[in-house]
Amino acid sequence: MSQTVFAPWDDPNEKPLIRFQNVTKRFGDFVAIDDLTLDIFAQEFFALLGPSGCGKTTMMRMLAGFETVTEGRIELAGKDIGPVPPNERAVNMMFQSYALFPHLSVWENIAFGLKRDRKSKAEIDARVDEMLKLVRLEKFARRKPHQISGGQRQRVALARSLAKAPKLLLLDEPLGALDKKLRQDTQFELMDIQETTGTTFVIVTHDQEEAMTVASRVAVMDEGRIIQVATPAAIYEYPNSVYVADFIGDVNIIQGIATPSGDESYALNWAEGQPPITATSQTKFAEGQKAHLAIRPEKISISSEKPEGAVNLLQGKVLDIAYLGNLSTYHVALPGGQVIKAQTANTRRIARRNITWEDPVWISWTATAGVMLEQ
Amino acid sequence: MRRAALILVPYVWLLVLFLAPFLIVLKISLSDAALAIPPYAPTLKDGIAALIRELDFENFVFLTEDDLYWKAYLSSLRIALISTVLTLMVGYPIAYGMAKAPDEWRATLMMLVILPFWTSFLIRVYAWMGILSNEGLLNQLLTWLGLISEPLIILNTTTAVYIGIVYTYLPFMILPIYAALDRLDASLDEAAQDLGCTRTQAFWLVTIPLSRNGIVAGSFLVFIPALGEFVIPSLLGGSGTLMIGKVLWEEFFNNRDWPVASAVAVILLLILVVPIVLFQRNQQKQQEAEQ
Amino acid sequence: MKRLSWFNVTSLSLGFAFLYLPMLVLIFYSFNASKLVTVWAGFSTKWYGTLFQNEAFLDAAWVTIKVAVISSTFATILGTMAAYVLVRGGRFMGRTLFSGMIYAPLVMPEVITGLSLLLLFIGIGLDRGVLTIVLAHTTFAMCYVSVVVSSRLVTFDRSLEEAALDLGSTPWEAFRLVTLPIIAPAVISGWLLAFTLSLDDLVIASFTSGPSATTLPIKIFSAVRLGVSPEINALSTIMILIVTVGVVTASLVTKRNAVRAQKDAQAAERAG
Repeated sequence: MSQTVFAPWDDPNEKPLIRFQNVTKRFGDFVAIDDLTLDIFAQEFFALLGPSGCGKTTMMRMLAGFETVTEGRIELAGKDIGPVPPNERAVNMMFQSYALFPHLSVWENIAFGLKRDRKSKAEIDARVDEMLKLVRLEKFARRKPHQISGGQRQRVALARSLAKAPKLLLLDEPLGALDKKLRQDTQFELMDIQETTGTTFVIVTHDQEEAMTVASRVAVMDEGRIIQVATPAAIYEYPNSVYVADFIGDVNIIQGIATPSGDESYALNWAEGQPPITATSQTKFAEGQKAHLAIRPEKISISSEKPEGAVNLLQGKVLDIAYLGNLSTYHVALPGGQVIKAQTANTRRIARRNITWEDPVWISWTATAGVMLEQ
Repeated sequence: MRRAALILVPYVWLLVLFLAPFLIVLKISLSDAALAIPPYAPTLKDGIAALIRELDFENFVFLTEDDLYWKAYLSSLRIALISTVLTLMVGYPIAYGMAKAPDEWRATLMMLVILPFWTSFLIRVYAWMGILSNEGLLNQLLTWLGLISEPLIILNTTTAVYIGIVYTYLPFMILPIYAALDRLDASLDEAAQDLGCTRTQAFWLVTIPLSRNGIVAGSFLVFIPALGEFVIPSLLGGSGTLMIGKVLWEEFFNNRDWPVASAVAVILLLILVVPIVLFQRNQQKQQEAEQ
Repeated sequence: MKRLSWFNVTSLSLGFAFLYLPMLVLIFYSFNASKLVTVWAGFSTKWYGTLFQNEAFLDAAWVTIKVAVISSTFATILGTMAAYVLVRGGRFMGRTLFSGMIYAPLVMPEVITGLSLLLLFIGIGLDRGVLTIVLAHTTFAMCYVSVVVSSRLVTFDRSLEEAALDLGSTPWEAFRLVTLPIIAPAVISGWLLAFTLSLDDLVIASFTSGPSATTLPIKIFSAVRLGVSPEINALSTIMILIVTVGVVTASLVTKRNAVRAQKDAQAAERAG
């Protein structure tokens, strides 16, 4: 490969910027964070992804200094930040509600943090102007937060938290308040700004699409624990558990009993009267071990004629068609009652597609299409 | 450190100027009257041992023996209760009318209710003296209309006290009821009518139960202060109007019997504990319901 | 466009007539030439003249205003602190007692508050005068202020304070630069409430004042006990006018701000 890929997590010599070491956080009896260990590297765009109540916001608030750890320690650039109060941390946060000061203008909001550092007036002026330019809000400097639109408020909040050039920027559901179209545009803007400023971003989100789009690495969390940390592609293609496979995108889960049938190849007995499914797996499964096969709908082909030479081939009946414009998802009922989702790209006009409700169809996939998971 | 100071300043202030005075009242209510300055014994100068030995419930026994006091308590309770009901009957239709009024009137109507609240209480009570007196405006009007030939005696009677309480505490009744009615979704009333209620039925079956919290809050806001009221009975009431606030005042300023005045105060507080606790519970329930 | 039923129109008209007629009558008769308040003898402003020559009233008015300004200012400071402690203080020893002491004076009959404070002042040998009235008024008014301010603080978005801390403010700077400016309207209405309560108070002032300091309500009370007097009508008219101007101005300002906020919201939409 000619170009170096940005992957400090694979380099054993790289020192992490943030290090969570066996961190536990309890609120009374409730365990919000459970013995969590995690490294985040400089210049990463790191996403904490999980359903509400999984502890992702607590992790962020511990980094900002609004919550203390119950056990373990958090290091920033090699130093324990436990005893440092929030106003002395080189960490800034962009709040979910933006938390723009309603009584101050856009300009004063951005200057707020700089003024706390007792910087000279000229320095503050220059930095605020630079920030306004970065988020393209020069024209709105004199306005109050309630006089600008939601998207502009979001950019003011970003500019304000970046103004002090923090080592680490925390973003708590930064795009949650925007509508879908604006959110997609803003995602790319965020990535651009992250790249220009070279700041390390940690983003908290419950929106998997958002995490996949912006992040260099994603940590999928559940009940105070990290289930998997990997690049978006790895999370999607090689989930380490049914939980992750199910949380990210759409998936078919087929449960069965594994029988080794060759080198890294297994036969999965999944339903009586159905041929076993052939699948490959680098993880070893013992003879008779329970396994879950996770296959993405787009990896399953659907056709009205029997395809030639398919490794896994099943016949069923179309139960439902979800037409999404660019894609169509078919729910195919098998003779045993199981429903398998198959997805195809709509490359042809709708009038010319030949599959409709109640049609008998063939679905097929390759041996490497799915991932075999223990749990 | 800062946090401790922030807590301590208001805390100590209230301990010294609210709790301590109250404990002093309690202590003096257990003391004996004396011809001295201060006019009670024992005082702290007599030493702690003497203090504890000589405190007794004599004043409380006295309160039960002299029927003036328990009659005053009962009469205060009756007056407070009746005037609360009257205020509710006058206040509810006003609050209801405000809630039904077009949006552009609301702010003005609200202002009209709040304005008397900021106006001197004393002046508002005083205003009725000129209206209710024998040769006052009301009697002049009724005579002129030919409804009466002799002036009605209203001032210096319990009736005047009712009028005074209803008048001065009316905003306290209107505001919480209006707040409750204002939150009410208009479509609830329409749904009730759609399901076959007449307008009157819808009002009694839907609107009244849903404004219950406002009614309860408003009633307590009138009842609690009315019970210990002093200004209204002393300006509008007569010698026949017994109210405990007035009795306490006279016991203290006219008879200079501090221990008995203190005992009167302690009993009044004990009576007030019940409605206050009920009121707090209602407020709490309402807050929880809003969350 | 909603239309009011005849029932609502009637109840509103009768209700507001009941609230306002007595005050209008009072104002009307303050311009009566006759000493006999209830007999109309032509228009005159002479009672205003005699009022302004009545030294005793003017002295009492001066004492009242002085007491009200000082006590409401202290009450605002203490009440805001108390509200902050109640809403943000977290847990500390005696929290229940503290909140009890904040809410109890609101429902305590004035005669009891007055009596107990008087007994305290006598007990510690403090001479009754302006100082004792100020202490008494500060104490009961601070509770009202803290209720007003804490109801605002409860709805205050805490992330604003956190944002200030995050951007490097000390906790005191965060309060001074962010919290205080935002809750300022509640603090100001708390001050106004405390001021009015002090201005109006008869009972507590009667207990805690001495011969050296008489407030206006005490003066009015002892005058009206003897019956209706045109001078008091004139004084009442002035006080009602001041309050009316104040309340009307306040509601106009509120209305203007609401209109402005609406315009801003529309502008924001266009900007986006």
